[in-house]
Amino acid sequence: MADSYDFAFAIGGEAGQGIATPGDTMARIFVRRGLHLSAYNAFQSIIRGGHIFLTVRVSEELIYTHGDKLDLLLCLNQDTMDRHLRLMGPGSAVLYNSDKITPGDAGEGTQLCGLPIGELTGTTRTGLNQNTVALGAMMHLLGIGIDVLEGSLSQQFQRKGEAVVNENVKVARAGFEYAVKNFTPYPGEVATGPKPLALWSGNDALAMGGAVAGVKFYAAYPMSPSTGVLHWMATNARNLGIMVRQVEDEIAVANMVIGAAHTGTRALCATSGGGFALMTEAIGAAGMMEIPSVFINVMRAGPSTGVPTKTEQGDLWQALGASQGDFQRFIVAPLHTLDAFNTMAEIFNLTDRYQCPGIVLSDLLISEGRYSVDPDYLNMHPTIDRGELITESNGAGGDTPYNRYANTESGISPRAVPGVEGHVHVVATDEHDEDSRLVSDEFTNPHIRRMMVEKRARKFDGVVDQIAPPELEGPADADVTLVGWGSTYMAITDALKLLEARGVRVNYLPIKWIVPFHVEQITAVLSAAKKIIIIENNHSGQFARYLRGETGITANGHIHKYDGEPFMPHHIVDGVVDLMEKKEAESYVPYQEVVV
Amino acid sequence: MTTVTDEKPFIELTAKDFKSKIDPDWCAGCGDFGVLNALQRACAELGLRPHQILTVSGIGCSSNTPGYFNAYGMHTLHGRSLAFAAGAKMANHELTVIATGGDGDGYGIGGNHFTHTARRNVDITYVVMNNQIYGLTTGQVSPTSTVGMKTKSTPFGSVEYPINPLTSAIMNGATFVARGFSGDVKQLTDLIKKAITHRGFSLVDIFSPCVTFNLDNTNAFFKERIKKLDEETHDTSDWKAACEKAMVWGDEIYTGLFFERSDRDSLDHLEPILRDGPMSARSLETSSEQAERLIQRMM
Repeated sequence: MADSYDFAFAIGGEAGQGIATPGDTMARIFVRRGLHLSAYNAFQSIIRGGHIFLTVRVSEELIYTHGDKLDLLLCLNQDTMDRHLRLMGPGSAVLYNSDKITPGDAGEGTQLCGLPIGELTGTTRTGLNQNTVALGAMMHLLGIGIDVLEGSLSQQFQRKGEAVVNENVKVARAGFEYAVKNFTPYPGEVATGPKPLALWSGNDALAMGGAVAGVKFYAAYPMSPSTGVLHWMATNARNLGIMVRQVEDEIAVANMVIGAAHTGTRALCATSGGGFALMTEAIGAAGMMEIPSVFINVMRAGPSTGVPTKTEQGDLWQALGASQGDFQRFIVAPLHTLDAFNTMAEIFNLTDRYQCPGIVLSDLLISEGRYSVDPDYLNMHPTIDRGELITESNGAGGDTPYNRYANTESGISPRAVPGVEGHVHVVATDEHDEDSRLVSDEFTNPHIRRMMVEKRARKFDGVVDQIAPPELEGPADADVTLVGWGSTYMAITDALKLLEARGVRVNYLPIKWIVPFHVEQITAVLSAAKKIIIIENNHSGQFARYLRGETGITANGHIHKYDGEPFMPHHIVDGVVDLMEKKEAESYVPYQEVVV
Repeated sequence: MTTVTDEKPFIELTAKDFKSKIDPDWCAGCGDFGVLNALQRACAELGLRPHQILTVSGIGCSSNTPGYFNAYGMHTLHGRSLAFAAGAKMANHELTVIATGGDGDGYGIGGNHFTHTARRNVDITYVVMNNQIYGLTTGQVSPTSTVGMKTKSTPFGSVEYPINPLTSAIMNGATFVARGFSGDVKQLTDLIKKAITHRGFSLVDIFSPCVTFNLDNTNAFFKERIKKLDEETHDTSDWKAACEKAMVWGDEIYTGLFFERSDRDSLDHLEPILRDGPMSARSLETSSEQAERLIQRMM
């Protein structure tokens, strides 16, 4: 670890001060050098004002979190200086506009780098160019040539014309030259990776994963933190030929998606917990009518409106209990962005084959985080399996009577879409017989009802074998086994390296598939564990209760975080070390040091 | 379309061909029989084929219609027929999509979708069997129940004003707004035919009396009062006149075509993505060029 390049910087200020742009400029400089990147933006639900704190970490190694330490802090206002200077350790640097911001007492070894912005830009107007001056100074501190930044700025502002490019380049150079004269650069060089990497967010990954899986209909109602999926879809709709609709509410979204899916179109929607709550009746309808459709819930801190800009894994039981009655559904919680991308094709194939709804549980951390990805890892042409689908091309005509809900051995009944001759039928949310005749209003029939319940349930016999089981990472005979689901994979994976460095013998079982649940494999692994610690980004231990319900296994310790901010690796390290010493099962709740 | 097996190739279909194997379970004398009859006649007279039609309903007595109609159908959730129908239409705009339901389903629980589907001018024919009562739940007040109406949930008479479906539809941007009466199947057939032919969102609100739970607005009530718009001077392109006629309620109540405009394109015409054909017929594969563009955007 110590030998590989690892650098983190943060930019803080208020909404409207232009934090995203310099953050993006720097991120692109690093990923183009082939460095891995993980960025987390802490912000509030406000368009102007508030406090935004963007942390970007880059490394020669594959990393999943923004890490535990900061090497550089760029303060765009006094607030950031006041809140975060205390986080800076020896060897770090703090950049700020010395015209407007007064530094506090810096810790030993922290280099305070005040930039006289007025003098350097030749204006007293507080514009966004203080950010560009600071970027120029960062180039010197990092030992990256100013030409690299100039190239990035030229590219970034080319659409705005030559004058804007020149203005930006001029102030960047002023910042660089001032830094050369006044500041000491970091020792050593910024590393370079083998090839340039791409930059994306989890929402980009989910949307693009859906697109390459053949999504041709996307509907949404804007809701943080899922709106990025809508934006991606809208941006790429023309290029890819995707029908994108923003409609009146999430009820309409879900029902439209199922209506579209009924025609044989692959259809998708994304929302967050509140919108998902509105969609739940429709999800049950997809289960009853046996129409494949995929619903993404990008979880945020709840309940109710909760903390719209903060992350949580609080909707597991909402997904498990979405809609009334027993019906078949897939629930998957991707572990990281690349996994989210790959999961989309997988869940579309599964929902098509098993003719039922699928739920993807992402969260703000995955969806709004920015990460590097090696484009060579992206399978843009995944296998597409539509299951037993009857369309005009393969099913028109035919003399045999068609029963939409034929009581087959597998429980899967070949599905004809509207428009196909010889297969006219009515799908219904009421219970129905094989020929879709209602078994609800005029007459009921307990035997037909039982047959249909069993037909639908039978579809999932053996379905768990169609999906890769979770795999234990680390030594089988470790002293402690960590269990997490979904996005905690990222913090746990980064924490494992730190735990190993501290001599803790640890292994880790990452859970991705919630339904179906690999009871057999999970039970086998956890039964052999010496001590089990479950790590979740929620208060009540939703997964721990699910695990107990499905396997009877209870954990020996829990690490819960529910303050809205994601786990940082050291939170997990501290929790594991603390719980290792405990005889009884206890919960550890890490303290969030960075407050924005 | 040269090989049709179960749908009588080259033979003109009649209303009977649109009857399903299932007989309606409506009360004897229910207005919905007349509506179903008119719908079947309209589809036959327009030369439509069952496999080209998708009927979509919500929940309620009248929402059972797709089960009694020989065509593709979706019997969906309470209030959601228009959302399902709009999704299906935009995914396969070659289908003739007809939404059916009642006043509670469409103007009450589904009111939001009614507003926005009309605004978007989705090319759907919306046939509403308006009986001014909740029938399937055994007789409670509905969004179209009149002031003073006594129902199980308003035993002392309703104090709320009803919604006017026609003026609401016109204000929301519907491009075809008509009202029929289940007791006049001939007029109703004609209105439904026009509505299906119209490109855009078409509302056909139909007085379809509930013989069991609404003893105020009966067949006799309407027969005494109904006046046909086409028997007097009415300009269907004049939305203000249409609203005025739609607001008339008392000794005279109008039926017929109130409003139609053809200068506003339907959503499927406005959506450029559909120029290459229905979404449901697209290849799901991403081309190498498309994939390359996506990756370049991230570099």
